[in-house]
Amino acid sequence: MTNAPTFGCEKWILNIMNPKLRKNIIAARLKKRYVKERAFRFMGLAAVFSALIMLAILFSSIIGNGYSAFQQTFVRLEIVFDKNGIDPKGEGLREALSRANYGGLVKKSLSKAFPDVKKRGDKKALYKIVSPGAAFELRKIVLADPGIIGTTRDVWLPADDDIDMLMKGYINREVAESERRVKDREIGWIDELIARGAIEKRFNTTFFTSGDSREPELSGIWGAAVGSIYTMLVTLLLSFPIGVITAVYIEEFAPKNRFTDIIEVNINNLAAVPSIVFGLLGLALFLNFFGLPRSAPLVGGLVLTLMTLPTIIISSRVALQSVPPSIRDAAFGVGASKMQSIIHHVLPLALPGMMTGAIIGLSRALGETAPLLMIGMVAFIVDIPGGFFDPATVLPVQIYLWADSPERAFVERTSAAIMVLLAFLILMNGFAVWLRNRFEIRW
Amino acid sequence: MLNLALIAFIITVTSLGFYLGRSRSLKLVEGRVRELHSMPGYYGLYVAMWCGIPALVISGLWLVFDQTVIMKLVLANLSPETRGLSADQLALVVNEIGNLASGSMASKETGRAIVEAAAHFNRLRSVGYASLFSVVLCAMLAGLCLALRMITPRLRTRNKVESSAKLLMALCSTIAVFTTIGIVLSVIFEAIRFFKLISVGDFLFGLKWSPQMAIRPGQVGASGSFGVIPLLAGTALISFVAMLVAVPVGLMSAIYMSEYAAPRFRAVVKPMLEILAGIPTVVYGFFAALVVAPFIKEKGALIGLAVDSGSALAVGIVMGIMIIPFVSSLTDDVLNAVPQSLRDGSYGLGATQSETIVRVLLQAALPGIVASILLAVSRAIGETMIVVMAAGMTANLTANPLDSVTTVTVQIVTLLVGDQEFDSAKTLAAFALGLVLFVMTLFLNVIALYVVRKYRQQYD
Repeated sequence: MTNAPTFGCEKWILNIMNPKLRKNIIAARLKKRYVKERAFRFMGLAAVFSALIMLAILFSSIIGNGYSAFQQTFVRLEIVFDKNGIDPKGEGLREALSRANYGGLVKKSLSKAFPDVKKRGDKKALYKIVSPGAAFELRKIVLADPGIIGTTRDVWLPADDDIDMLMKGYINREVAESERRVKDREIGWIDELIARGAIEKRFNTTFFTSGDSREPELSGIWGAAVGSIYTMLVTLLLSFPIGVITAVYIEEFAPKNRFTDIIEVNINNLAAVPSIVFGLLGLALFLNFFGLPRSAPLVGGLVLTLMTLPTIIISSRVALQSVPPSIRDAAFGVGASKMQSIIHHVLPLALPGMMTGAIIGLSRALGETAPLLMIGMVAFIVDIPGGFFDPATVLPVQIYLWADSPERAFVERTSAAIMVLLAFLILMNGFAVWLRNRFEIRW
Repeated sequence: MLNLALIAFIITVTSLGFYLGRSRSLKLVEGRVRELHSMPGYYGLYVAMWCGIPALVISGLWLVFDQTVIMKLVLANLSPETRGLSADQLALVVNEIGNLASGSMASKETGRAIVEAAAHFNRLRSVGYASLFSVVLCAMLAGLCLALRMITPRLRTRNKVESSAKLLMALCSTIAVFTTIGIVLSVIFEAIRFFKLISVGDFLFGLKWSPQMAIRPGQVGASGSFGVIPLLAGTALISFVAMLVAVPVGLMSAIYMSEYAAPRFRAVVKPMLEILAGIPTVVYGFFAALVVAPFIKEKGALIGLAVDSGSALAVGIVMGIMIIPFVSSLTDDVLNAVPQSLRDGSYGLGATQSETIVRVLLQAALPGIVASILLAVSRAIGETMIVVMAAGMTANLTANPLDSVTTVTVQIVTLLVGDQEFDSAKTLAAFALGLVLFVMTLFLNVIALYVVRKYRQQYD
């Protein structure tokens, strides 16, 4: 008896045999198990909420940084549209008008606004209050209405980005002058302008209407947005038809043999290939082998097509699989051929599902950056692209470029561009969800 | 513009062919459709095919080859000494002619010969276009007449149209295969050229990565060593941190969502979590560089730790956030595939819900979960923008997550963005890195997809 092996649970068995103790043991054990259960459940909830909190932090930091970019500081200047300065010969020729020295007009009016500023260095700093783009603004005004020459008008001109940052409170006035981008004398001028009511923040239309620029106050997202539109157009026009046709072939026609097996495995693998590898393919194939132009939306669209194809094929196949065989059988029953039954009956029923998949694939392509870096869509491009072969950039790449810029004003513009991009993505995804709810039939 | 005109022209003639074929078939049977083998539309399509396909093939081939052929002709006309130039200089001349021909201004240095060559080029081009138009027109008309003559009421046009459509579909479905082949070939070819300059052993086992090649001999700080180990270590470090964030959070939230959450809660929260998956990676990169990295640096400084501004920790955390929805949706699928009978059996034995999940569900779903983690790892390895924007550029061989490390993808981007000559070891190295990346992710994907497939079969 003494040598019998012990299992460590003899005591427990004795206890549990005892009806008095049994109840307590079980109750205690049950309590422990329920505590564990609640702890596990709480961990799950905590995981969900931590993901949501991260999402909230992400959004709030983007919005907090970016909302101010929708406003831009403008300075009101009394501009003398001097005849001698703009068009001394009085010909009124467009060419002469567009070549005139508008920067000089801005400088004159600034000197007039601050007559005390005499020293050369101070004057130079004074002129920098207003953006270098102010001269273009004046030219636009004069070209639109040459009759303005000879008169004096109050014109609101965009302020320099540093002044803009000061007005928006991003530059701390308390910091020592040497560590501040805006010096005390500029702050003095700005305070005077504020007192005169000659400086204010207005809605930033430039941000939505112009292309990229080295000057933050002149830069906008329109160029990148147009580039994105062209690129997406190419992607949509190629990837959707090819994806749907491939899915129909694999799902409906392909004989089950080795070759179609290879295609299937291939598509599943392609869906998980890193996007940057597609960029390498684009660089080697489209640029170096076919000699297509760098930075062109066409090439970007081709690369993104190859990238989104697997997604579209996979979702289209799911949509085709969800159409019940009875539809096909009914079509065969009235004498349709296989092709007819698919084109006339199966495809229309599967189309909403396919479109949902396509939109989701496209929204992913719209946010894609890495492969486009490989094919040179990172160039600094000021002009709005006018076609599929023009050098262009796209919204996410613009975000990447601005994120790299050192100016403080580009931080808010980057965030604002992200907000625009996210708005587009949410719109596209919302449309996909609507499409699914509205048209998808659950069999 | 001319290309657009050509396409519009082909489309017009093709649709004309459609109507001619359709009306001809109807005329043959005097409007009694029942006597036709196929519906009249198929006769139209049949003629349209005969009309359009040869024209499209011809113009496609021409568009691919015209530049090179015409340039060859132009070069053949140049003086012998120009033709005797080296390949590089000849390429410059070709470029210059091409630029001039497409309408850029001639500068003063441009030689007369070049200007003339450009004019010649343009002349040849317009001749080429004219001949293309006439050839296409002839082909279309020939096809049209031939097909119209072939039409008889008994012609099985539907079968013919359908089998060609099937052929077209089969061709489309091979695009995916060609994409893979294209990736493999383009990456391998450039990688082979790279390995001619740098030996495979030095690349795979070298401990030092500094791709700056010396331009002149004896240049300081330009050793040009291409050892991939520090990059792999950096990639592994960042991916590891990302997995530490993504796997617990993703797994637990998937479990909570599929086992505990009330339908209402799920309907609200699930789409919100999916937003995380839809955010472009460039946004995460900006977030990492602007918010997370400075935050960690600051907090590290508070407790006396020197944190690099591009620390692997910050990058890994943000990458983990990005991967959470990926892990959770894959896990969700896997958990849903576990049959209800297993759950019921466990409850029947008196297990609590958490005991059922941990001891039954997770055991049963383990292969699927492992596969989804492998897929997530492959996603992390291939992720580019977050690391490009927030991680460092210098290749440190370290296991300390507070240091800045660089990854394979960062190096590919830095090597290829900006000015580059295509033959330098620097550029080719990017393709070798691409090969490494492709092989690694492919390996992980193949294993994961295989496991998932096996796992699905187990419960089907």
